[in-house]
Amino acid sequence: MSRGEENGKPMFAALHAPGNLPVLLDCARQFSPLIEITSEDTVTFDVRGLNSLCGSLSRIANEVDRVIGVPANIAIASNPDTAVHVSRGMKGIAVIPAGQEGPTLAPLSLHLLGCPPQMGEMFQLWGIRTFGQFASLPPLGVAARLGEEGMHWQQVAQGVMRRQLRIIGESVSFARQMDLDDPILLLEPLLFLLGRFLNELCAELISRSLASNEVRLRLRLEKGAEHPVILRLPVPTTDQKMLLKLLHLELSEHPPVAAITQIRLEMEPAKPRSMQEGLFAASYPFPEKIELTVARIRHLVGPENIGSPRVLDTHKPDSFVMEPFAPSAQHPAASVPSSVRLAFRRFRPPQSATVIVERHPVHILSASARGPIQTAKGPWFTTGNWWRTDCWNREEWDVAVGRGALYRIFRDLSTEAWFVEGNYD
Amino acid sequence: MLSTLPKRLSHFTGLVEQAPAAREPLSTGSQAVDGISGGIPRATLTEIVGHASSGRTGLMWSLLQRATTAGEFCVLVDVQDTFDPASAMTAGIHLARLLWVRCSGHLEHALKATDLLTRAGGFGVVVLDLSGTPGRITRRMPVASWFRLRHGAEQSGAALVVISEQIQAGSCSRVQLEVRQKQCLWSAKLLRGIAASAGLRKRNQARIASFDVSR
Repeated sequence: MSRGEENGKPMFAALHAPGNLPVLLDCARQFSPLIEITSEDTVTFDVRGLNSLCGSLSRIANEVDRVIGVPANIAIASNPDTAVHVSRGMKGIAVIPAGQEGPTLAPLSLHLLGCPPQMGEMFQLWGIRTFGQFASLPPLGVAARLGEEGMHWQQVAQGVMRRQLRIIGESVSFARQMDLDDPILLLEPLLFLLGRFLNELCAELISRSLASNEVRLRLRLEKGAEHPVILRLPVPTTDQKMLLKLLHLELSEHPPVAAITQIRLEMEPAKPRSMQEGLFAASYPFPEKIELTVARIRHLVGPENIGSPRVLDTHKPDSFVMEPFAPSAQHPAASVPSSVRLAFRRFRPPQSATVIVERHPVHILSASARGPIQTAKGPWFTTGNWWRTDCWNREEWDVAVGRGALYRIFRDLSTEAWFVEGNYD
Repeated sequence: MLSTLPKRLSHFTGLVEQAPAAREPLSTGSQAVDGISGGIPRATLTEIVGHASSGRTGLMWSLLQRATTAGEFCVLVDVQDTFDPASAMTAGIHLARLLWVRCSGHLEHALKATDLLTRAGGFGVVVLDLSGTPGRITRRMPVASWFRLRHGAEQSGAALVVISEQIQAGSCSRVQLEVRQKQCLWSAKLLRGIAASAGLRKRNQARIASFDVSR
């Protein structure tokens, strides 16, 4: 079988070493995240795709034998049950090529099969002692005497039973905690410890093919107070330098108010980001890199002043929220390129103005617009949210002042005060 | 097989270099303006100057609309915090592809943010909007900072565009586009837009392009 063919087909390795389950699990984790604890002395894992890393199946088995470090039986087969039974019945390393499962299992004692005790007693009475003898019984006879369950076990004995691994669900916590004998007052020694914690936690995440999209730091301060810091990242990462810098920026901006007596750092595990870039697609800022840049600027301008705006579904003027900037390679919906459109520059807050009105505004005095109004078009009335405190009720005009500077002005009908909302440009 | 690999790679690299999105100048949305300026070049600094209501912001929005529609990410460093997201969305700018930095009048913050984002890479257009900032403040900006910004744009390949009332970067900008309002366009009860003209300050003052900024 060529290596390409081996790569595509499912292959499973079973490790059998009585009394060494933790060692078997550690060894299996170094090769695959898909692991089944078959019994207290046997672990099975998926080795599909390891050919490109280790070579042939024999080399994979030898590599497992080198890593495991304790005497163990190792078997690799195309289905989990065959691998398990061979590892329990044969000493050393066994690699069973596809199609040779039945002949390999045939000499094994039937007590290794693990069938129900009543069925085992029946085999004893019939004089059936090995896998091969059970496998060679007529299927119709087995079905008539042992039912559906008997057929299942016969397929297992023949080495043709296909099933999925029962993957272990580990509840692993990625956290580090340290109680300090001498309280920390300065940022530098704190960052030194955080750097060490991040180093260890990132290594643990990487060893399990994971990353983290949330880092939670809890600092216990003198007099019992707590100082929590939470970093939420747009994409999962294990870049410890970046995470340390983000913590540094956050702690510089919001330093603890007292000396630190205990540190607890937790990283929320998540699947790492994987995607295929387009060759001719427009480039885009990598989220891992841009997050640090955005954090630096956030430190300068404040968290509410950086992000991507999202317009709210309301007619209330200037209604939007800032959302975290999250670049991705997703292409937006194509829209027809328009001509150059008139832009509106909004004054925040609107500038207070004194306006002389003679049927329409004729003169204005404000911080930005002052002088006779050449042209005024309007009025346009808008109102909304009359049942709430943030209601608006206004009369809007578009006016040209001086040498053609265009402004939108409005009169707040509840206070009769005039404002300049912004200018057209 | 291996001996032909460099040749194959060079052919492959050639294809990448010809990718239109990576090299071609950006369009301003006005054929007349593109005709005199050749578009907004990438990897350098461009200045668009003009007084209030001249149409300079309309040109900048058109640039952002085209870039975000083409799938690029853009930055707007807004010194005076005057960007209006609702109008921008109506003008076709994809706001999810725009990183907006509001500096509340702090020019130092704006320069620092522009420098960081220009060098970050991956952005197609970085706009530094100085409009409305008093001249006495903008004149304090050291020339070295403009050289630094231009160098950052050259390194990352972003088109760095500065919008202001007057030329700020001087010799650091490759294209200086001066926009002027010719007249306001009104209908019976509506402001329809602006008739504007744009001229190149650096190359040939005589070359003027007229364009309409419609509402």
